[in-house]
Amino acid sequence: MAQAIVNDNKKKNTLLRKLLKNKLASIGLVIVAIMTIIAIFAPLIATHPPNEMSIGKSFLPVNTEGHLLGTDNYGRDLFSRLIYGTRISMIVGIAAVLFGAIFGTLLGLLAGYFGGRLDSMIMRTMDGLFAFPFILLAITLMTVLGQGLVNVIVAIGIANIPGFARLVRGQVLSVKEEEFIEVTHSLGATHKRIIFSHILPNCMAPLIVYGTMSTAGAIISEAALSFLGLGIQPPTASWGSILKDGKDFLVLNPQMATYSGICILLTVLGINLLGDGLRDALDPKMKV
Amino acid sequence: MGSYILKRLINLIPTLLVVAIIVFVITRLIPGDPAAVMLGPQASVEDVANLRDELGLNESVPAQFISYVADLAQLNLGHSYSYSESVIGLILERFPNTVILALAALVIAVVIGIPAGILAARKQNKMIDYAVMLVSLVGVSMPIFWLGIMLVLLFSVNLGWLPATGMGSLEDGVWTYIKHLILPAFALATIPMATFARITRSSMLEVISQDYIKTARSKGIKEYLVIGKHAFKNALTPILTVLGMQISNLLGGAVLTETIFSWPGMGRLIVDAIDKRDFVVVQGTVIFIALIFVLINLAVDILYKVVNPKVNLESDGGKK
Amino acid sequence: MKVGEVMAERLLDVENLTVEFISGGSTMKAVNGVNLQLDKKETLGIVGESGSGKSVTATALMRLIPSPPGKITNGKIHFNGRDLVGISEKEMRNVRGNEMSMIFQDPITSLNPVLTVGNQIIEVIRAHEKMTKKEASTKAVEMLKMVGIPEPEKRLKMYPHEFSGGMRQRVMIAIALACNPKLLIADEPTTALDVTVQAQILDLMKNLQQNHGTAIIIITHDLGVVWELCDKVNVMYAGRTVESTTTKQLYDNPLHPYTWGLLESQITVGIQEQERLPAIPGSPPDLSKSLSGCHFSARCPMATDICRSNVPELMEVQDNHFVACHLQSREQIVARKEGIFNATT
Repeated sequence: MAQAIVNDNKKKNTLLRKLLKNKLASIGLVIVAIMTIIAIFAPLIATHPPNEMSIGKSFLPVNTEGHLLGTDNYGRDLFSRLIYGTRISMIVGIAAVLFGAIFGTLLGLLAGYFGGRLDSMIMRTMDGLFAFPFILLAITLMTVLGQGLVNVIVAIGIANIPGFARLVRGQVLSVKEEEFIEVTHSLGATHKRIIFSHILPNCMAPLIVYGTMSTAGAIISEAALSFLGLGIQPPTASWGSILKDGKDFLVLNPQMATYSGICILLTVLGINLLGDGLRDALDPKMKV
Repeated sequence: MGSYILKRLINLIPTLLVVAIIVFVITRLIPGDPAAVMLGPQASVEDVANLRDELGLNESVPAQFISYVADLAQLNLGHSYSYSESVIGLILERFPNTVILALAALVIAVVIGIPAGILAARKQNKMIDYAVMLVSLVGVSMPIFWLGIMLVLLFSVNLGWLPATGMGSLEDGVWTYIKHLILPAFALATIPMATFARITRSSMLEVISQDYIKTARSKGIKEYLVIGKHAFKNALTPILTVLGMQISNLLGGAVLTETIFSWPGMGRLIVDAIDKRDFVVVQGTVIFIALIFVLINLAVDILYKVVNPKVNLESDGGKK
Repeated sequence: MKVGEVMAERLLDVENLTVEFISGGSTMKAVNGVNLQLDKKETLGIVGESGSGKSVTATALMRLIPSPPGKITNGKIHFNGRDLVGISEKEMRNVRGNEMSMIFQDPITSLNPVLTVGNQIIEVIRAHEKMTKKEASTKAVEMLKMVGIPEPEKRLKMYPHEFSGGMRQRVMIAIALACNPKLLIADEPTTALDVTVQAQILDLMKNLQQNHGTAIIIITHDLGVVWELCDKVNVMYAGRTVESTTTKQLYDNPLHPYTWGLLESQITVGIQEQERLPAIPGSPPDLSKSLSGCHFSARCPMATDICRSNVPELMEVQDNHFVACHLQSREQIVARKEGIFNATT
């Protein structure tokens, strides 16, 4: 059963306390906080402009000439590119999940609340989208949309829609069965009011948990798309595209591939830890 | 059981139709003239016009869709220009390779992941439990395309133990074949393995505290029967649910793994076709994978029913 | 200790059994120095509220206390000629389901939902007797017939969810008796069942005992069950035995105030409906805290200063009638009882 987060501040406090009590979740929270700070303050942290090439200075080893992690094939500072890559990852992760969450929630609410024909139409479409492995759907959409930050967000966002729709629909159905909806309805509340002030708050806990976990998936997907050359357009620094370049110069300069991957792994691990903690705190019945 | 399978098969038809519509819509969204895009900038106007004709792009959209679905029903996925071959031919050539890779990964994931989860549950809150949980947490967070590259760096470049790319031929001996399979299969297995370990652990922990486990122990049967027969069979339902989801992960992951290890499978075909802007191949392969995925999920659902005799009576998951 | 000839008849002799649970640094003595004696073919009832340690005692006899957090920290369980506390897990497996078996409170959750009933009976038979699958299957059919399940051949292939609650408890009894154990431990065997079914199951157990001569320990909070089935009773409170005697003695002449409370609640409530009212005002003490004096003193209407400071020993105050209470003299108790009886009416 999903307890609503309707009960404001007091509940949020206990949520944070619960999270901090959980050692792994605290680690996750710290990682996510650090990554967010890096993303926001990237220009202050980076030692070089991320796209500044310098010919003759490519593949410098770690910690030479002021390049903390050396340089890439174009002589760009790897450390600064990784720092800016954090931005892309966080933006795509959050924006794509928001995209998927907003449309998915809307569709799930409509399907679950009104039922009937509308429900089966929406859910059949979602089933169809579910028939594609997540990354494959994103790849297919990217081949059509073409490279670019916004397109990556849209593609991963669309791939996220069916998951949210199913989750919310399930929640709506279970909430609808509880009597108070009927009572509210008989008291003359409009559909809009019932959906947004009664049903939606009851979906929040699982939405938060699922949304957090999906962010991890979205970050990996962006990296995968960029790795395949379908994601962020060069020369913009993205962990995936740095890894793609690193793969081509693996023997010559392994640090490009190594560090970009560690950034992805660490961020995703942090979000997953946080997600696990949120699940235990908010909605322990939800499965992995 | 027979009627259940039949019912599920009939239910597949609308899903597959939706799949077809989705792919149709996506490919029609390609900006510009698909024929011109496919033939590249050097193509003559005449060639483009011919291809448009051949692709049926001059007909009305509903007519295009109907002929498209009719082709699909006969598994006619079109003809590839860049490969000068039928798309279904291209797919069937590579499909077995993907199956081998995915199956190898699935076996690794099951054989390592599930016992690790059982072990962790049996030793709850002991060192080994923490170790399994930590490793599997890192596992589920792993960007496998990066892991693949790191495996190549370690085992091929630095140690020189295993080949970095390609698929071995059985004619060169079984060992060569396996050597080529090890790295890609392990990379692809990582996420399912970690997921299996996690779900098996939590599911076993829930089951072990149930009354019927106490009953089983009170009978004086051996501990491996208590765990393996009584507990595990009950823990299997959530594991099977995850299995269905992991198939999707394997098929999607295959695209990345095959690219890194130059494994001649369907994933590689898609990526190559994208490079060549051969949308007919991309479209056909994506539809084919969706079809396979849907069929596998059906199989998993049927398995579900076999394992759990009262799947219809109880909603699912645990009690209380 | 006891003389040899007495030992010959004796099946179970539990001495000073102590079970502790450790969680988060605090230790809880769930069972605190309990003694039990049971002869062959005898039926013993262990009575008490939930939390009195009666179920833990039963589980400890089978050595099925989940460890961690639980552990038998002291005492001996002499059963059929050896001390079960000392033997290996492998030897203990030969005892469980074979010489000593157990049925549980809730037949709905006690049977494995994904295995056929036949499988679950055959399993215990084959664990202890050298039989082929077919022989064991024949035996399983016999067992089901014996516990009164119609069409046993057909039922063998069915899953637990296809059985009613009462039928499932019959299956549990069939499993428990399949290897002809010397001792059957029944932990609240009828609590989860309908009243009419309760009576049937009790009848079944009574008959089976008469026919097979199995000794039985029944764990229950229901003195009615004790009256129906038991030769003697052990009343437990907060991990200790507070009174121990024959069933008849207990009904005729209860000595411990707690027993008296249990009996009184039985009389006022038991006749009409089996509602689980709190028999005695208050609730059992928290056993993870260290307590001084008689554990019942906080709820005892007759408690005096000595009750709150000194733990009463279990003493034989009459022939074969043990009680742990500072008010041991009969006159004292009768006087007290009268006083309270007058006060409550």
